[in-house]
Amino acid sequence: MIFLLQLVITGFALGMVYALIAIGFVIILKCSEAFNIAQGHFVMIGGYLGYTFLVTFGLPIWASLIASIAVAIVMGLLIERLTLRPLVGQPVLAVVMMTIALSTVFDGLATLAWGGEYKTYHGVLPTINLQLGELSIPSETTIAMIVSVIAVAGLMVLFRHTKMGLAMRATADDEQVVQSVGIRVTSVYALSWAIASVVGVVGGILLGGVSGVMIPLSQIGIKAFAVVLLGGVNSVGGAIVAGIILGVLENVAAGYLDPLLPGGGLASVFPFMVMIIVLIIRPYGLFGEARIERI
Amino acid sequence: MLSVLLVLLFASPLFLSDRILTIITVIGITIISVQGLNILTGYCGQISIGHAGFMAVGAYASGILTARLDWPFWIALPCGALAAGLVGLLFGLPSLKIKGFYLIMATIAAQFIIVWLIIQARGITGGPDGLAVPRPQIGDFVFRSKASYFYLVMSMALLGTFLAQNIVRTRTGRAFVAIRDNDLAAEVMGINLFAYKLLAFFIGCVYAGVAGSLLVHYFSFATLDQFPFMNSVWYLGMLIVGGMGSIPGAIFGAVSLKLIDELVTIVGPILSAVVAAQAAASLALISRGVVIMLFLIFEPRGLAHRWDMIRSYYRLWPFSH
Repeated sequence: MIFLLQLVITGFALGMVYALIAIGFVIILKCSEAFNIAQGHFVMIGGYLGYTFLVTFGLPIWASLIASIAVAIVMGLLIERLTLRPLVGQPVLAVVMMTIALSTVFDGLATLAWGGEYKTYHGVLPTINLQLGELSIPSETTIAMIVSVIAVAGLMVLFRHTKMGLAMRATADDEQVVQSVGIRVTSVYALSWAIASVVGVVGGILLGGVSGVMIPLSQIGIKAFAVVLLGGVNSVGGAIVAGIILGVLENVAAGYLDPLLPGGGLASVFPFMVMIIVLIIRPYGLFGEARIERI
Repeated sequence: MLSVLLVLLFASPLFLSDRILTIITVIGITIISVQGLNILTGYCGQISIGHAGFMAVGAYASGILTARLDWPFWIALPCGALAAGLVGLLFGLPSLKIKGFYLIMATIAAQFIIVWLIIQARGITGGPDGLAVPRPQIGDFVFRSKASYFYLVMSMALLGTFLAQNIVRTRTGRAFVAIRDNDLAAEVMGINLFAYKLLAFFIGCVYAGVAGSLLVHYFSFATLDQFPFMNSVWYLGMLIVGGMGSIPGAIFGAVSLKLIDELVTIVGPILSAVVAAQAAASLALISRGVVIMLFLIFEPRGLAHRWDMIRSYYRLWPFSH
């Protein structure tokens, strides 16, 4: 029983990482219908930025956060302006390939700047250790949980109750109509990339503080798409629920089934199996808007 | 022009070193694979980022048949291709319900699931240890030298290109293009979407299977490192650089991206010595990404379009239209 609960709790932590990546992905998708494969890389860059500011420069936490957010905003705006804007109106494949190309460039830059090594900064960030009977809940889970919930709540307010959010949702629906009522589509796109980049980078800093960052972290980004699809591609809240479901399922399944399999490694492929099943049975996910599209 | 190039290509083992022959042979294998992806993605519009996974199916099927069951290469190669095609059919099934980004996700999932299954079946595939595969032979003649295998691969690449060129001109090929351009309209015109999308997956994956089989028999060894996820991405990148939906485009793309890789292996160590130790690794990643980005922004129709423009310019000279 303890084994199961421990698996569930580590799965929870993993699920929160998935959710952080999925939220950023959904923001961009909600405004610009662009699929950002490089979202996992924003998290990775965030972790390395945290290392640079906290450890190399020795800045306090609040200054590091502000500096990283500034870098994230500039990064998001630059990416949108330089790489995605020329592709407006191009087919899905062009955008997907662009963000994949972007992700390899990020990998390359991270290798160049930080040597692609494992970096961590334990003890710099505040830790919250919870103890439930015999179970200990790692600080990683708690912090990621808090950040995700705050991010989701903030984004829900943004999308539902502000003019800016309304403009973003309208842009996703129909660019032409939005332009005719005087909303600058390009600024909406730029804003969505900046927000997604900030969410990714802040998540990365926290992750770096508790479990460390390295280049393969970005590969979690690909697995996080199973979360995006399960939660529904245009549902911010769905990302968090699906993240938890998938993280826990993956961990429990791997914990119990891996010893029975000859090659093991179920965790590396479990999200993809879920992905295929979701795509066949319910392509719009648990909370997404069902789009009736004949193929 | 084309014939001169072909004669040069087939005479090249006479004067090229083994190292360069290896590079050209691998490029030839890549061309076969990219031609298959071109039919599937470029002509039929069904985007697949799992092509390396389908190559692995063909490679392991033919590798197991030759190494474990002692079947001759000439029977194992078509069997491998058929196996890849059938697995492609299986993963093509979702394409009937989903398209665009969702199909991309399904094919990415296919890549990882295939690799995982190959590791699971380590009893017959060798799993992470790999599988030693014999070189092909006819009668007593074994394709052991680089030059002999070069001729084998080049003939297969030519045959594959020739077949692709002809497939896209038939009724089937025109149906693919109709599905790519507007699937609803295609269905209204009486094209059976179900059959033709699956056929596109089958043909594309058969090409992948042939390429995978040729690759492992060339290196006499099959491991999963030969079919990483990023290769699936680069095959699509080659199509973008070369030009989607163009037979010469697939060749241009495969050749140019592979040549850039070779350039990086030459420049990388120099850069590593001058700048930082990790510069070579990062250059390899950045160069590929940047090339694909530049083509997406400045020449989305790829080298094939540029090549057509140059040709028509010289044909029409001194007039501009």
